[in-house]
Amino acid sequence: MSNNINQTLINKFEEFEASLNGASTSAVHDIRKLGIKAFDQIGLPSLKHEEYKFTNLSKVLEKKFDWIAPHHESTQITLETLADFEIPNLDAYRIVFINGEYAEELSDHQNVKFTISELQNVAEADTDIFEKHFGKHATYEDDAFAALNTAFVKNGTFIKVDKNVVVDKPIAIYNLSDASAGESVNYPRNLILADQSSQVSIIELFGTIGNHNSLVNTVTEIVLGENAIVDYYKIGNDAENAYHVGMTQVYQPNNSTFTANTIAFGGGIIRNNLQIKIDGEGCTANMNGLYLLNGKSHVDNHTVVDHIRPNSESNELYKGILDDSSKGVFNGKVFVRKEAQKTNAFQSNKNILLTDDAVINTKPQLEIWADDVKCSHGCTTGQLDLDAMFYLQARGIDKDKAKAMLLYAFAIDVLDNVKIEALKDHLDQIIAKRFNQEF
Amino acid sequence: MLSIKNLQASIEDKQILKGINLEVKPGEVHAIMGPNGSGKSTLASVLAGREDYTVTEGEVNFMGNDLLDMDPEIRAREGIFLAFQYPIEIPGVSTTNFLKTAVNQVREHRGLEKLDAVSFLKVMKEKMKMVEIDQALLSRSLNEGFSGGEKKRNEIFQMAMLEPKLAILDETDSGLDIDALKIVANGVNLLKNKDNATIVVTHYQRLLDYIVPDFVHVLYKGRIVKSGTKELALELEEKGYDWIKEEVDAAV
Repeated sequence: MSNNINQTLINKFEEFEASLNGASTSAVHDIRKLGIKAFDQIGLPSLKHEEYKFTNLSKVLEKKFDWIAPHHESTQITLETLADFEIPNLDAYRIVFINGEYAEELSDHQNVKFTISELQNVAEADTDIFEKHFGKHATYEDDAFAALNTAFVKNGTFIKVDKNVVVDKPIAIYNLSDASAGESVNYPRNLILADQSSQVSIIELFGTIGNHNSLVNTVTEIVLGENAIVDYYKIGNDAENAYHVGMTQVYQPNNSTFTANTIAFGGGIIRNNLQIKIDGEGCTANMNGLYLLNGKSHVDNHTVVDHIRPNSESNELYKGILDDSSKGVFNGKVFVRKEAQKTNAFQSNKNILLTDDAVINTKPQLEIWADDVKCSHGCTTGQLDLDAMFYLQARGIDKDKAKAMLLYAFAIDVLDNVKIEALKDHLDQIIAKRFNQEF
Repeated sequence: MLSIKNLQASIEDKQILKGINLEVKPGEVHAIMGPNGSGKSTLASVLAGREDYTVTEGEVNFMGNDLLDMDPEIRAREGIFLAFQYPIEIPGVSTTNFLKTAVNQVREHRGLEKLDAVSFLKVMKEKMKMVEIDQALLSRSLNEGFSGGEKKRNEIFQMAMLEPKLAILDETDSGLDIDALKIVANGVNLLKNKDNATIVVTHYQRLLDYIVPDFVHVLYKGRIVKSGTKELALELEEKGYDWIKEEVDAAV
């Protein structure tokens, strides 16, 4: 079935290439060509593909998007439009992408403690960095969507935090799809370098303007230096005709600490790929996730942590609350290679299904070749605890409130990892609204 | 205050209560005793509105209203309080937040102003003294990791906060050492007045040395088979339940 759409995408690339004129000889374009070549070989995954068994993104690309239609111009996005998506009271540097293109006039990063540049410029001015990192971490050779992103990336941003620098405020990256005039398909791309002993928090937010279908295919490569600390938040709260496939690829050398908090409240299909390579000793990788879904939302979290070297640890906790006929997928791979002795790796996935129609497919996968390690994993799926409900009701608390209290309590150990107060408040607000409650 | 007539209830088609009759007036303390499996805890649960049980016959009138027609939270707001035999651990919900929500929903129902954070804390501090419960315990998740004694004290503390008309203590004494038992009993006695009533469900007489009942009822095979005063409890302590079982089984 996918042959058709595969060929359409390849034709689309040729059109894109032709539109670039002189720029088609740049270093970025060389990598784009590698991207489309890889895509040509692998093609979109069918449901037989082990990694896409429960998430039929190929069908979405084929059925929901009209690839032949001309490109729609973005409408004028103002700061007022942006305000609808902003986190209230968040003091942060702001980087805005509209349809995958950097929007300088909407961005705000005055007096920054980091450098931000467009990838095109990095490719020319900082050839070493570009060649060393761009497309080197997010491997497009074996993932069709990462390959497509690599092929169709227009520009993208490069954020660099220098050695020993502690960035004083979080960096909020708003990725907005403008689907007001017609459907939007876009390919945001980030390369983030946090040099030795630096510290930074990054929030990636996704949203759609307008009512047409949107598809975001995003790739973020995060490369830590030794002893660096990066907190990364990815927040998805979108409409049921908004589709998302995102790859976050992380590289950790000695003594670095990386924490990801991946939170999804809804969307047509959201596929989050989080891949962490622990190539150093004394590292900590934390992966926290929450999916709180209703309607027909479908959220798929695929994580991979690859312990290559000894004496590091990874902690993973994903929790899901699924209402209506929503669907969740969790697939957590932990690799502990032969050299990675004394690894501690913990993984847990817990779900509450609120209806008979809600579905969760969960698959923990530990592959351990080292013999001196501490690893554990567990997953549970259940309903709301009726004994606890009765206990709360027996104290005078009404049913809806009791339910909201229990579900919030279930989610709290994920939310407690959110260290940015304004963001935590924002998430609490969304959850309270979902449950029709005030906390 | 409470009038139970021919109450019959079952769980999963198994009949547990086979016709209970009981009258409780304001200011009274009733003890319900009986051997294991006689239906004591079922009675407590049915009165509090646990949905696992189906009432098949009979009626329960509480302060002039049909109790069986009310949802559990309405019963609580109207003044029924069940101290659980096994209080539930609820990770992630702090005792303080939980109680603030409960107290304010109950107050709203009773036509009282909601308590703000300051007045709530003030009331809480007063009641904490009554059951000798530590503040640190209350900022923790509800009952999570509490010892048996702490859980039971927390039940009585909640009772003090909610000021019920009718408190039902479901085996609050089981598993408690004598010091914890005294603290719990003392709390219950401090809360007693001429307008409220207490039903003490227990297997052992020991608790009744500290919470002195006006009436003692023996429940066996889903019926109250004997009623008396506190002397009946002492007799049961001395002779066990066998003589009652024999009496009842012989009569059938």
